[in-house]
Amino acid sequence: MSEQKPILRVKNLKTYFDVTKGIFSPKQIVKAVDDVSFDIYPNETFGLVGESGCGKSTLGRTIVKLYDPEDGSIEFNGTDIAKLKGSELKGFRKDMQMIFQDPYASLNPRMTVGEIIKEPMIIHNIYNTDEEREARVVELLRIVGLKPDHIRRYPAEFSGGQRQRIGIARALAVNPKFIVCDEPISALDVSIQAQVINLLKNIQNEMGLSYLFIAHDLSMVKHISDRIGVMYLGHMMEVGPSNDVYHRPLHPYTVALLSAIPIPDPDVAKAKNRIVLEGEIPSPINPPKGCVFSTRCSRATERCMQERPQPVKVGDRLVSCFLYEK
Amino acid sequence: MALLEVKNLSTEFFTEQGSVQAVRDVSFELKEGEVLGVVGESGSGKSQTMYSIIGLLAENGTVTSGDITFDGKDISRKNFKTKKEYEDMMRGLRGNSMAMIFQDPMTFLNPVLKIETQLIEPLMNHTDMTKQQAKERALELMRLVGIPSPEKRITQYPFEFSGGMRQRIVIAIALACNPKLIIADEPTTALDVTIQAQVLELINALRKESDSAIIMITHDLGVVAKLCDRIAIMYGGKIVEIGTDKEIFYEPKHEYTKGLLNCIANPEDDSDRQLTPIAGSPPDLLNPPKGCPFVDRCEKAMKICKDHMPQVTKFSETHQCACWLNHSKAVK
Repeated sequence: MSEQKPILRVKNLKTYFDVTKGIFSPKQIVKAVDDVSFDIYPNETFGLVGESGCGKSTLGRTIVKLYDPEDGSIEFNGTDIAKLKGSELKGFRKDMQMIFQDPYASLNPRMTVGEIIKEPMIIHNIYNTDEEREARVVELLRIVGLKPDHIRRYPAEFSGGQRQRIGIARALAVNPKFIVCDEPISALDVSIQAQVINLLKNIQNEMGLSYLFIAHDLSMVKHISDRIGVMYLGHMMEVGPSNDVYHRPLHPYTVALLSAIPIPDPDVAKAKNRIVLEGEIPSPINPPKGCVFSTRCSRATERCMQERPQPVKVGDRLVSCFLYEK
Repeated sequence: MALLEVKNLSTEFFTEQGSVQAVRDVSFELKEGEVLGVVGESGSGKSQTMYSIIGLLAENGTVTSGDITFDGKDISRKNFKTKKEYEDMMRGLRGNSMAMIFQDPMTFLNPVLKIETQLIEPLMNHTDMTKQQAKERALELMRLVGIPSPEKRITQYPFEFSGGMRQRIVIAIALACNPKLIIADEPTTALDVTIQAQVLELINALRKESDSAIIMITHDLGVVAKLCDRIAIMYGGKIVEIGTDKEIFYEPKHEYTKGLLNCIANPEDDSDRQLTPIAGSPPDLLNPPKGCPFVDRCEKAMKICKDHMPQVTKFSETHQCACWLNHSKAVK
């Protein structure tokens, strides 16, 4: 895969939010994404995991430019889109789509399914006539496993899983090359989750899409992803092939995070000894000075408290930890 | 003798559309000190079964039939002449010998009362401790659930605690009177994985120390595998299969249980195995199917499944399943 050119190259990306309370208060900034770099290759699924508040959703939204980055570059097919605005950006929006977590909030309740799926085609001027668009909607509905006669119905008439399918059809409407899936299954029941995961996988194989798959359900992420990135407090701690990361985690945080996964197998689960992380995630307004994980890390040294580790290459993996420096 | 015995419990909710049969003819037993996992999708009736037992159904919900015996006493609503008599009896039990842990600690805790007040409340109501004694017990409980510097924390308000810490406080309140039964309704669903691991570890440690029985309601099979001795699988308001953890995970009998196990990803498995989803969606309990609730989604459904409720087949002392495929006369 490394000979291929990446479809997306994120370099030193930073997204900050100003959370200063009053005009006279000292400036307070949340560094939601801080100096994150990674690549996504064509036809690849890149899984992004981390606990709530680690910045994984912010990262996904920054990549599709729903948030403006503070600094860094987002190269999509060789063009840096981080600084693009307005009409220049619109061309890229067609190639990058997003699927949202909550299938109830992400569909307009007053639009029919047909209108919802048609809207991106109209915005991006993909077809000339309404008949063509309508035909495409019917085809999309078939692809995502809904019926053609669903086209005149409203979102309220569908179940959660079906709504997520509508969201997927809408994302596919403009023939994107890259889709950010932000927790697409966490609002769904277990038996429905597998339906949506399989659908996403099939569409990927047929259309050659790349996914950025954001989720906190580690077992599902490992199942669907080729490579995984582990985030903690706005930083990327480790990036590598998913099976590798799962079986041989390098970063102490990855080790702890993976050992916390509940395994659906009583013999394994009851025998497994967890490395229970003490304490809680520090506030992103006031992150630790050195390595962000140093306050909870069992192997932290004096140096970890003072300096921030840079990503180190270990085989085909990148780890931000001093333990792996040569 | 069993600590809790539920026989043919049915619960209905009256809505504008008609009556929703949330719990349909549910029977099970729970021994002292045992941990039972109740697994099911949303709307399967798992929470409402437990609310029926502990008497916390919403206004429009009624237990329409069935017997509930707890600790040798019959606590079914129909045994009490008036609602007040029933409520008085339940109030004596709840927070005392029967406690509940809810999914969202922030809605359970009172935001305008100090933690101290909320921890002392069950002790003052159910025991004859003095306020001083109750306070000491409260501190002891906070230490037990692993809250650092309890002397300082006890005077704080719920908003000053993080999600994981709040759930620890809820657990401390539940444990206050050494209950015989704790019902935990998705206690870790709102928490992050590392915090979930901490809370599960805590529940595991506590169950070894105390002899409380626990009913754990969840949709996460990983959580059940870690904690539970026995597992009940609920679907469409019914228990479709019940057995020990090993029986359910390694020898599932009901098609729904098998389907459920096939559609979760096991991270220990590296093969490129496709998940096998269960097609369709759960039944509408306004008009539940006459026969097996799973019939519309079952690949092996037969004619009889549509019209007749499956009989319960026993596989061992602990393992039973309601499916026609397991009937002695079914074609194998």
